[in-house]
Amino acid sequence: MTDLGLIAGISIFTAGLTVSFGAIGPALGEGRAAATALSAIAQQPDAGSTISRTLFVSLAMIESTAIYCFVVAMILIFANPFWTAALAAAQTAGS
Amino acid sequence: MILSPDQTVMFHAWGLPINATIFYTWIVMALLTVASMLITRNLRPDVPPNRWRTALEVIVQGIQSQIEEIAPGPSRYLLYYAGTLFLFVAVSNLLLVVPGFEPPTSSLSTTTALAISVLIAVPLFGISSRGIGGYLKTYLQPSFIMLPFNIISEFSRGISLAIRLYGNIMSGAVIAAILLTVAPFFFPVVMDVLGLLTGMIQAYIFAILATVYISSATGSPPSFTA
Repeated sequence: MTDLGLIAGISIFTAGLTVSFGAIGPALGEGRAAATALSAIAQQPDAGSTISRTLFVSLAMIESTAIYCFVVAMILIFANPFWTAALAAAQTAGS
Repeated sequence: MILSPDQTVMFHAWGLPINATIFYTWIVMALLTVASMLITRNLRPDVPPNRWRTALEVIVQGIQSQIEEIAPGPSRYLLYYAGTLFLFVAVSNLLLVVPGFEPPTSSLSTTTALAISVLIAVPLFGISSRGIGGYLKTYLQPSFIMLPFNIISEFSRGISLAIRLYGNIMSGAVIAAILLTVAPFFFPVVMDVLGLLTGMIQAYIFAILATVYISSATGSPPSFTA
């Protein structure tokens, strides 16, 4: 296997791994947050607007951890510095 | 796939390449400035408020009430700062629906610049409220051992502010682009609506977090030092 193929394979595999593991934690956390907010609204329907506003903000903050993993996966696939370096090295070696 | 509008060069001005990020940032700035100037042109007591002025007052008072919930007390400059952040991010995210417009917040450069301005604003607000000694003393709270961790947390909150906004807006664009190749007709529209909601919430969160950081730096000094 050439260097380029090795780098591409490891990058793609790691990108998938990053997104899948990065989705587990936020999914569990958001589920807990939503469940707690729903039971709070059921107990106090009057406070529903405040609770749902806070819920939206906290969901977005929990979700940002998943977004970090997504950004890392996107960098691995589309803007991989090692891939660029290996490609440049291969081109200079070939020419 | 183009991940960032930084790579698109719109035109050259005086030999300098102007990329899409700068261009669309200028558009957002011009839109906000011209709209506010046109609306507040006849700002005199004897002129009855028209509907545009009422709309602007609703926005400003909404921001003010949100800030007062977090940081009670006089907060005039905080209103200017956090309100500007919120309006800029919200307008640039909402213009996502205009065809051909790429939100400047989908570039890491813009969000990093905004986060750096927050990082600079926090000590400025803190020093103006507590004095230099009082502000530097907050790094030693609760004890001397926490000094490196307090410094690290300053930088990590800046990084997380920048990447949170960038990742959310960029992921919306990337998901829309992927869906366009899979299901081109109806589904991307739904994801764009979701992108509008996400953009609004992220603008709110960005401004709220800036307010929280600033108000924790300015917070009223403990009574035993006064």
